[in-house]
Amino acid sequence: MSKQEWPLYEVFIRSRAGLSHRHAGSVHAADDEMALSNARDTYTRRTEGVSIWVVRSEQIVASDPAETAAFFEPAEDKIYRHPTFYEIPDEVENL
Amino acid sequence: MSAREIPATYATRLGDNALILGQRMIELVAASPELEEELANANFSLDYLGQARLFYTYAGECEGAGRTEDDFAFQRPEQEYRNLLLVEQPNGHFGDSTVRSVLFESWYVLLLDALTRCDDEGIAAIAARAIKEVRYHLRHSSQWLVRLGDGTGESHARAQASLDDLWRFTGEMFAADALDDAMLGEFNGPDLVAIEAEWRSNVAAIITEATLELPDDQWMASGGKQGEHTEHFGFLLAEMQYLQRTYPGAEW
Repeated sequence: MSKQEWPLYEVFIRSRAGLSHRHAGSVHAADDEMALSNARDTYTRRTEGVSIWVVRSEQIVASDPAETAAFFEPAEDKIYRHPTFYEIPDEVENL
Repeated sequence: MSAREIPATYATRLGDNALILGQRMIELVAASPELEEELANANFSLDYLGQARLFYTYAGECEGAGRTEDDFAFQRPEQEYRNLLLVEQPNGHFGDSTVRSVLFESWYVLLLDALTRCDDEGIAAIAARAIKEVRYHLRHSSQWLVRLGDGTGESHARAQASLDDLWRFTGEMFAADALDDAMLGEFNGPDLVAIEAEWRSNVAAIITEATLELPDDQWMASGGKQGEHTEHFGFLLAEMQYLQRTYPGAEW
């Protein structure tokens, strides 16, 4: 009998309050509860997080690598979309 | 018993439970059915070893005879260990070790909760730290028991057999001896009668959710708290203490 693999889940972790969740990796799990436990046990052992999201990998809709050119390259020559043409006063520390 | 002897002996017993269960779980390292479960088991084992270190170090301080955590863990003979018989039972299959964890941890969280309110500040502080770890362990182990019990026909039958097999080691958790009485009377320690009622209700809820049957009342094994252990314990100690027995005083 071949072994049936558990479904794959993607793990997102918020490292501290105020920051957004970031992709940390993935785990296998038989159900949602187990995915949350496995994510906790795998990715927060060194106090990396204060909040975890898990989502079934198959539920993520991803862009097609073959369409990279159409999706992203048109933005490359639109430098006016970056706010780089302003003098930043010395008094402004965080920008 | 002198005033400091009670917390010293009591902390040693708590350390013994944590150390021996931690050692049993260490035996499972590299033997888990799944990679994620492997990490979880190793984490939990290290949590227990960490608790044992705190309890032993504190016991050594109370005792005032200069014994360190290592002396407690590696230099005592079998009869001086006062852990519950339940935690020294062999790992068996995954269902056996899961049931062992559920039965012990559902008792241990209640005990630690009571200890956070006891009058011995040292034990209360360690309990407050340990309970956070054990609450998570129990969540993990009880979820697994529900999956096994409510899983396939085979997993259900094996989980029920594990439960029936280990049930006889649960009576000892509530059988108060002189040390339990002293801890309760003089340090406002855990009331094992109250804990038993709550434990039965909590465990029954998990077992019901797992679609398993609560075992009948039966003869209960005891002796661990008095240093009389089951035949498995000597082998566990032999492996755990091998290095210190062979090279006394060896350091990492």
